[in-house]
Parts: sequence; C-alpha cells; structure tokens
Amino acid sequence: MTNSGPRGLSHLKSLESESIEIFREVAASFERPVMMYSIGKDSSVLLHLARKAFYPSRIPFPLLHIDTTWKFREMIAFRDRMAKEHGFELLVHTNPEGLAANVNPFDHGSSRYTDIMKTQALRQALNAGGYDAAIGGARRDEEKSRAKERIFSHRNAQHAWDPKNQRPELWRIFNTRLAPGESMRVFPLSNWTELDIWTYIYSEGIEITPLYFARPRPVVERSGTLIMVDDERYRLEPGEKPREEMVRFRTLGCYPLTGAIRSDAADLPSIIMEMQASRTSEREGRLIDSDQAGSMEKKKQEGYF
Amino acid sequence: MASVSMTAPTAETALDLWLAEQTDKGLLRFLTCGSVDDGKSTLIGRLLYDSQLILDDQLASLRKESRNRTTGDEGIDFSLLVDGLTAEREQGITIDVAYRFFSTDKRKFIVADTPGHEQYTRNMATGASNADLAIVLIDARKGVLTQTRRHSFILSLIGVKHVVLAVNKIDLVGYDATVFHAIEAEYRAFAKDLGFESLVAIPVSALRGDNILAASEHMPWYHGPQLVPYLETIEVGSDRIERPFRFPVQWVNRPNLDFRGFSGTVSAGSVKVGDDILVAASRKPATITRIVTMDGDQQRAIAGEAVTLVLDREVDISRGDVLVHPGETPDYSNQFQARLVWMNDEQAIPGRSYLLKLGAQLVPASITDLKFRTNVNTLEESAAKTLELNEVGTVTIATDKPIAFDSYGDNALSGSFILIDRISNATLGAGVIDFGLRRAQNLSYQSFDVNRKVRAEMKGQTPQIVWFTGLSGSGKSTVANLIEKRLTSEGRHAYILDGDNVRHGLNKDLGFTDEARVENIRRVSEVARLMADAGLIVIVSFISPFRNERRLAREIAGDVKFTEVFVNTPLEVCEARDPKGLYAKARRGEIENFTGISSPYEAPEKPDIVLHGALQDPLQMADELFAKVFEWDTGYSI
Repeated sequence: MTNSGPRGLSHLKSLESESIEIFREVAASFERPVMMYSIGKDSSVLLHLARKAFYPSRIPFPLLHIDTTWKFREMIAFRDRMAKEHGFELLVHTNPEGLAANVNPFDHGSSRYTDIMKTQALRQALNAGGYDAAIGGARRDEEKSRAKERIFSHRNAQHAWDPKNQRPELWRIFNTRLAPGESMRVFPLSNWTELDIWTYIYSEGIEITPLYFARPRPVVERSGTLIMVDDERYRLEPGEKPREEMVRFRTLGCYPLTGAIRSDAADLPSIIMEMQASRTSEREGRLIDSDQAGSMEKKKQEGYF
Repeated sequence: MASVSMTAPTAETALDLWLAEQTDKGLLRFLTCGSVDDGKSTLIGRLLYDSQLILDDQLASLRKESRNRTTGDEGIDFSLLVDGLTAEREQGITIDVAYRFFSTDKRKFIVADTPGHEQYTRNMATGASNADLAIVLIDARKGVLTQTRRHSFILSLIGVKHVVLAVNKIDLVGYDATVFHAIEAEYRAFAKDLGFESLVAIPVSALRGDNILAASEHMPWYHGPQLVPYLETIEVGSDRIERPFRFPVQWVNRPNLDFRGFSGTVSAGSVKVGDDILVAASRKPATITRIVTMDGDQQRAIAGEAVTLVLDREVDISRGDVLVHPGETPDYSNQFQARLVWMNDEQAIPGRSYLLKLGAQLVPASITDLKFRTNVNTLEESAAKTLELNEVGTVTIATDKPIAFDSYGDNALSGSFILIDRISNATLGAGVIDFGLRRAQNLSYQSFDVNRKVRAEMKGQTPQIVWFTGLSGSGKSTVANLIEKRLTSEGRHAYILDGDNVRHGLNKDLGFTDEARVENIRRVSEVARLMADAGLIVIVSFISPFRNERRLAREIAGDVKFTEVFVNTPLEVCEARDPKGLYAKARRGEIENFTGISSPYEAPEKPDIVLHGALQDPLQMADELFAKVFEWDTGYSI
C-alpha cells in the first residue's frame, strides 16, 4: 500500500521507487531480458530509471530499437548519442523482408506497414534474441486496453496476449515464471501518467529529443493532421510545398504517421503548462490507433507492444 | 487541432510553484467494488468527467458511442470510458481490473475498477491488495446483496481499512431517505466484525451527479459528506515507517571486485548508515556503511525507497534474504497459518506441491492442513477438503525450507504471498499470514551413523527408484514384475510398491477423488524414499495420473536416482485388454473417477524412458528397461 504526503515519499518518488523495484525484479528473475528503446520521452524516462535501478552497475541487459527506417532523423542521432554517453548495449533491428520489399507507409497503408515493419519486426527480434522478458514503456493512462494490462504481462510462445487469462497481480508480488518459449512483457511505467512523465523529466533534468520542443519545421497537412516532411522520401501532392510552422510533437514514431501540433512551447516549463491546459489525448497524434475501434487491443493480441 | 500557447517568460516561475504544490499533494489509491450493474464504471467515468479529465477527442467519440444508451444530462454513458476491452463492451460487463488516474487540486488518485461478476472475484482481491480505501457500491433498488458481502469480506481479509458505502441510483428510488437508512443499517450490522477503521455511507447518483462533488438539492435530508470532498480529505496515513525495518534483498549489485551492494526496496521501517543489521535467515550480523543511489549516498532510507545497501564485512547474502534490525527479527519458520483466496479453476488440494513467492523468496510449499472454509456470505466456517475458485480457506502452509515472514497485520508486504502452479505457472491463490507455527522449528532430523551409503555398500548395489506411470492395464505391473525377477536373479535387492497392493494396507483409507490421489502418491513417494535409504532398488507401479505429484515424488526422492518410466499404451488397447474388468464397469458407471474414463490422465512431458505397450511385448519392454536400471546400478552397460 502506498501512501505519500508529508509522512512518506512524494508522489513522484514513490513512482520512481516502484519502477526501480520492477527493473530489479526483471534482472533477478529472467535469463535474457531486453529493454525496448523507442527514443521517445517515455523511453528516456525508462532509460533513466534503469540506470538508477542498477547503479553503480551498468544496465545488465541490452536496449532494442525496432527501426522501421522511417523514424525522424533527429531520433536516430539522439539514440546513437545516448548509447555512447550512457554506455548501454544498443541493438537495432529492421525487418529484412519488409526492407527488401520496400514496405512503406505510402503504398501499403498504415496498418499493413505497422504490422510488417513494427509488429513482425519486433517478433523477429525477440525470437532471434531468445529474450524471455521485454521491458516496455507503456502506461495504463494511455489507452483503454492498456489500463487493464498487468505490470508483468504474460505472452505465449506466439507472443500473443490473452486478456481474459491474465495472472492476478497482488501487492508487489510478481509471478515471473515461464514455460519454455513463453515470454513476459514488463511495464515499469504502468502507474505513471503523462503529466508524471513530464514533471519527472523536468525535476530530474532528463534529456529528451528536441522534437518535443516547438521549432519552425516544414509541414504539410493530411486529413487534418500536420505531418513534418523529414526527408525527400515524403510523397508530396503535385505542386505541394511544405510550409514552415512552429510545431512540436507530443509523441514520436514514424514521421509520415506522426502528427505535429502547433505550439510555441519551446522549453520544458512551457510544455508542462501547455499540457495542463491541453484538451486532447496524446495518442490522437498517432494515426495507427484510429484505424478501427478496439484497434490497440487487437494489435496487442497479435503481439504489438 | 487547437493551438495552445503560453507566455514563456513566466512559465518557469509558475511551474516551480505548481511543482511545489504537486510535491505536497498526497496520493490515494482506492478501488470500487459492488455487484454487476451497480454502476461502478459509471461512477468512475463521472469522477473523471467531473475532474475535467475527459479530453475533447475522447468526449467526441464518447457522445457518438453513447447513442442508444442510458445517459445523464450530459448525453454521455460514462461507463464507456472505463469498460476498455472489446469483449466487455459487447457483454456490457467489466471483466478485469482497470486502473484509472485522476487528480483534483488536493490529491492524486489511482482507481482500480474491479469486476462485480461472480467468477471474477479474484480480480477484486487483486485491486484491493494495493488500495488504501474502497468504495462499495450498492444499487439503492436492490440493497445489500451476496456480492456486497463477499466483496466486503475480501476487503477485510486483504486489510483495506477505509470504506465508503455509496448507495447509488438513489434517483431511481425517488431520493427516498428511508431506503438509504435501511441499507446503511443493514450494511453496518454486517460489517461490524470486519475491522474497518472508518465507514461512511453516502447516497449518490453517479449518472446524475448527486452528492459527487457538491451536496445534492434532491436530498435535503442528507447531512453527511459528498464523495469527492471526502476522498480528498480522508486520512489514511499508514505507519509503515514506524514499523520494524525490513529489507528484502532483490538483487546483488556487483559491478566490479571493489563494490558489493544489496539492492532492494525498504518494505517497512527505516535504516541509517551505522545501523547494525542481521540477516534474518542466517542471523549473521553486519553494519551499514553506505546507502547508495545514483543521486548520491543517503544517510537514511525509509519504507518505500529503492536503494542499495553496502555492509562493513563480507556476509553471505543473496536474493531472498531479508535484512532486519537485531531485536526486531521476523518469524523464521517453515510452517505458518494463513488465509488463502483461491483464484484458479483448478482446485486447491492439500498435499500438492506449489511454489510460494513471498517478497523475493521463492520456495516449494504445500497446504498441509485445510482447517476450514469461510462462507463469504454468512462468515460461517465449515470443514472442507478442497478450495474452489473464489473460495477462502484458513490453512496451514509448510515450505520446503524456512522463510522469513511477518504476520500480515504487522507488515502487509512481508506477510503476503502467492501460490504458483509448478507446471502451468499460473498464479493459483493469494494468502495473508496469520501467524508462524513454532512446531516446525522443534522438529529436526535425527541423524544416525549407519546411513544409506553404508547399507547400500553392504548390499553391493546403488539404491534407486524406478517409477512407472501409465493407465490401468497398460502393462506396468507385468513389466515391474519381470524387472524385479531379473534384478533378484542378478543378486540385487529390489522391492515393488504396487498401487493395488498398497491401497489394501497403508492407503486403505483413501478413495479415488483428486485429493485422495494426491495423498496416495505423497505417501508412496515417502515410502519409496525410505526404502531407497534402506539400500533397496525400489520399483513403484502406480497409475500416478498427475504431473504435479510425479514431480513431487521426484523431489521427495531427493538425491536418490529417480527414473520416470512412462508405459505409453493407448486407452483403446488398455480398454480392450481390461484384465480386471474395470473399464467395463467404469463405462457402465459402476466405478467413479476411473482414470482415462471419468478422471484425467496427464501424460508425462519428459519421461526418462517411454515403453510402448501396444507395440512391444512385456519381455521386450523389460529387457530395454533392465539394461538401463542395471547400467545405473553398476556403472557398466550390459
């Protein structure tokens, strides 16, 4: 039972401790853990917490990035710099068949593209590495089906999630037992909210990619969403020219599928103030969720993170 | 998408003020429980809506989804906000625990929305295990139901101390004070023995918003608190920090030869640099020299903090050890009494071996005594042989080796455990410890000078256990008999423990139910072990239909060589042979619980030897097996 306030730990401190405990449980209980590193703000918090959990030891497992080849260039630069600065083992995987077939968000549609370049790529990487635990940065406040997921979430040998057959999770006792071939997805940020993430980044001085800060960026508009044209591969309409706008991103992914918001919030305090006043939920900027009702739940049953 | 802008220059100061406010803000974790359709999801949806946490895009999709549904004045079916899974939306019920987050100016809240449907009661216990307070919802039209009692009992069992009785849908009984007072009186009478520290009843309408944020104009007769203001202010202070210090070691932190630290979370009390500590199990003492975190060393760590402790000397400490202060040591025993909530379709069977996880300790354990089952509706206690899904029992648990623990009332985190199935790895049950049993500590093994090695050498053989499993009529006893004859003719001392024969004597008190079969195998495993200790080659010929018990037999054998022989003869073949006419009787329904017909046979996944009874004749099978048994005995192949 956690109770914070004057007599105990602050809200953020108790969330931090809970996450650290989860990280250590993974390191102690699994043979081959891996941490998903998506370069976004949640991943930055995850990385920070992992460093805290094992200090003065180094993070005792590799970080895995599924590279669709369509990420923002700034994300890739940031990823490589973080790996160098913090000295963690970085693994990068791209679905080779998808790459060979030139699967892209324009010709294949967002849902097939995501399936091949993200879900299948993830499955390939997890199978190839023989990982028995994969740590992710998902939070329960993000989306309705996430709200019901366990912190230690069991996956069968096909990486599928069975929401009706979840192990009960009581107190801080986590059942980490697996049969051969099965694996666990672990979510140390389960009890954090988006606001917690931002206030923690601020109070701990955690570095995040500049894409979160408002800058003039070249954008075009697609079905009401602002898309940043990050390189020459973006398919413009005949005669269309990207225009410079002050925008930032609330969530990061593949640039042709990630909506920007108009904003002047160029530093952390402004972002947090803007967040408090904001009236739209953060996943709205992600085109993949709105494909169909229950779409996240469906993706997860198929093995999506 | 709307553009939002803030004046940047003042942002930092405003944020600092705001952050300071956040730090003072407490956190309340609560759960909502009640019966199906009492309106839990609607209530949480209402709380989210009223605390302005529903965002524009969510609101738009919600209004669309709310058509053709019961809605409040806002045109929204609030339950849609929280009923997350597609299956639940289709069935219209909540089937799992969902966690929701909201905050007001005064507090942050994490809400566990737990299911009311009977078969999912286990999820309620899950939600309760991390909650400071519970809202028990009652439909004003229905009053106190079986589910209300069941959930309140589980709250009490899990130790939730603060309860709000929300009498919901009060609008549907015309805001009638008599209805409310009758329900409150009935509930208080039921709950008086449940040990709640606070209990307040509030008449509400989650759909209409009555008595949620502010006093309802429809109920001038009600003078108590409103729901949200009450949740914002109730004092649920825990005294974890004042309790005896407990530090379960989670992970040994060893980056290089110069640093050895013990990482974990202080589960109770506090610790300072310079404190003397003890390892609970070995009682080895040491002194804390550093409390390490990435943010720098600390002088003190309190309950809830995740830190790394460094000691002044080399002490053998590994994951699962608990560090404590001398004079405040926990129980250290291999037996305790506990109350157990069963959470799986597979029933709890005394004698079966499970894995028990308590803190970072993981040990094989079994229920040695099921004292009684508590009827969660009447709180009456009655005798029981097994526990079914959602039942609560008072049990004695024995662990294979001693563990450190406290009673749940003294320390929730070191007094609670889960039981895990050793084959499926499912979480089967959750328990809270009442007290340790000293008995176990006084019972130690007497050691004698003549041991197995001496006795085995006298016989010139290596004791081993050859364990046959297979259906009735598969050929186990025939092959066992041939093996024993061959061994005897080679001058070996062997003995057959046969299922039918043992049931005439040692196990004549046992029937054929699952729990009796478990005990049957446990006893014969112990006998086989004793005979092996006496220097014999023991051949066990039992149907032994369950994987769990065959695993137990192997564990009881300990360091004695144990060979699992699966006589894999198809059911049709066994049934066609039917040497004792038992299959015919079972088919006619004259024998209950007959393996293969009316009781399951769990084939071994990895037997040491498989004999194919339909393809080989008994002599061939005996030859094949004898070669192995002889090889292990002598170290030579024949």
